[in-house]
Amino acid sequence: MFNKFDVLETINMVEKEHLDIRTITMGISLLSCVRATAKETADAVYDIVCKKAEKIVKTAADLSGEYGIPIVNKRVSVTPVSLLTASFPEDSPLVGKALDRAAHTLGIDFLGGYSALVHKGTADYEEKFLRTIPETLATTERLCSSVNVGSSKSGINRDAVRQMGEIVKETARLTAQSDGLGCAKLVVFCNAVEDNPFMAGAFHGVGEADTVINVGVSGPGVVEHALKAIPEADLTEVAETIKRTAFKTTRAGQLIAKEAAKRLGARFGIVDLSLAPTPARGDSVAAILEEVGLESVGTHGTTAILAMLNDAVKKGGVMASSRVGGLSGAFIPVSEDIGMIEAAEAGKITLDKLEAMTCVCSVGLDMIALPGSVSASTISAMIADEAAIGMVNNKTTAVRVIPAPGKKVGEWVNFGGLLGRAPVLPVHESSAEKFISRGGLIPAPIHSFKN
Amino acid sequence: MHAVVTVTGKDKKGIIAEVSRFLAEKNANIEDISQTILGEYFAMIMLVDISGIGEELSVLAKECAEMGKKIGMAIHVQHEDIFNAMHNI
Repeated sequence: MFNKFDVLETINMVEKEHLDIRTITMGISLLSCVRATAKETADAVYDIVCKKAEKIVKTAADLSGEYGIPIVNKRVSVTPVSLLTASFPEDSPLVGKALDRAAHTLGIDFLGGYSALVHKGTADYEEKFLRTIPETLATTERLCSSVNVGSSKSGINRDAVRQMGEIVKETARLTAQSDGLGCAKLVVFCNAVEDNPFMAGAFHGVGEADTVINVGVSGPGVVEHALKAIPEADLTEVAETIKRTAFKTTRAGQLIAKEAAKRLGARFGIVDLSLAPTPARGDSVAAILEEVGLESVGTHGTTAILAMLNDAVKKGGVMASSRVGGLSGAFIPVSEDIGMIEAAEAGKITLDKLEAMTCVCSVGLDMIALPGSVSASTISAMIADEAAIGMVNNKTTAVRVIPAPGKKVGEWVNFGGLLGRAPVLPVHESSAEKFISRGGLIPAPIHSFKN
Repeated sequence: MHAVVTVTGKDKKGIIAEVSRFLAEKNANIEDISQTILGEYFAMIMLVDISGIGEELSVLAKECAEMGKKIGMAIHVQHEDIFNAMHNI
């Protein structure tokens, strides 16, 4: 018989502390779908995605009912589309739209993989593919796009960095009616991971098996609650408590992932234990940092606590599952976290502090609204800074910013749902135009030469 | 196959009778019960063999939750593996 406190603890985690399986993401290789024309490729892509992921929504509902844990999102990630359309890159939107149609047919939340990996150089077909991103994101609903512009091994592709600044701006312009919503579905990475189940950055890497189930577990509320129970503990005990909590939630994720893989005829890929906030109160990463002892997230000390949190989450996760992957750490999206939103509104968190935080957490500048007047080169410079942090520290970093058309500092963007809302944050006014226009490749750091 | 049935809420007469009758009707066999009263708060945890229930566990879980609402209790039915996974190393 089970210890009744354990049973009640699990039920409380779900009922009161927002423990959930944030996503079951099926990774599908589409390399077998390449045909002579874009139309034929799009048809093949639609068919295979609909066939392989046919039961994902029902399976998630069944598992949720059996184990009593909510499964919030059902998603699919696919092979980077730029690889499928290399012979006809201008027609890539046809494939993008077919994927969006498949997402609607399946009833899934998002489908990721309108992506390109250009970290060492941009091929001609990739350059053309990148140009199709704004239009594709503006004319689809559930499709997500990501571009890897750098890695610790290869350096940073500055030509791609420059182009991505322009693409982010153009995407915002084409989706101006919805505050630049297209940009919320576009991530620029350094050191992108191939098995990430979280959006908007999920894609199915070419090194992966044919069909894989990756699961993302969340639970910032559970960690916050556990810390509330030990208000006077020293930081060793705080880290230990976070680790233990991460262990339990990862175990729940692993169980669901294995069972989902079995029922869907796919391989079990990885569990990604990321503390992913939602705009709901009690589901905030900022609240954890404040619980440890900050008056407001964004003040001095934020980076140190975040470093400890991120590390403790990883340690608990690694202990709990033999296959931990993805990003696994703490997410700090501004518009998706009530604590971040309030700190931004009160002017207590700045872009510079957010950048510092990305040095120690598992992602990057995420879901940040910028003034509509910000230039493409300034966005490129932000991407370059983040990519440099990722490259030098051997970690994934990303930029998902929204230059909200027509909006000024202090005005609000509102995307609704899990994407949330945020006030526009100020950026530095001085230009980085000349730096960005230089192009070329920032060489990989010396410590990358490990061969 | 086993499930854990958790019944919580304000204490009153006949809770165990109601829940066990309902489970018997569903052909689920109760193998272990642990029950306590904390103040006015009733908490019961049952280990139930569900091999013979003739419907999916997720359906039974839903039906139990609905039955619980009728008698003013929160009833959760979950596969035992979730607790094994989360609380055992």
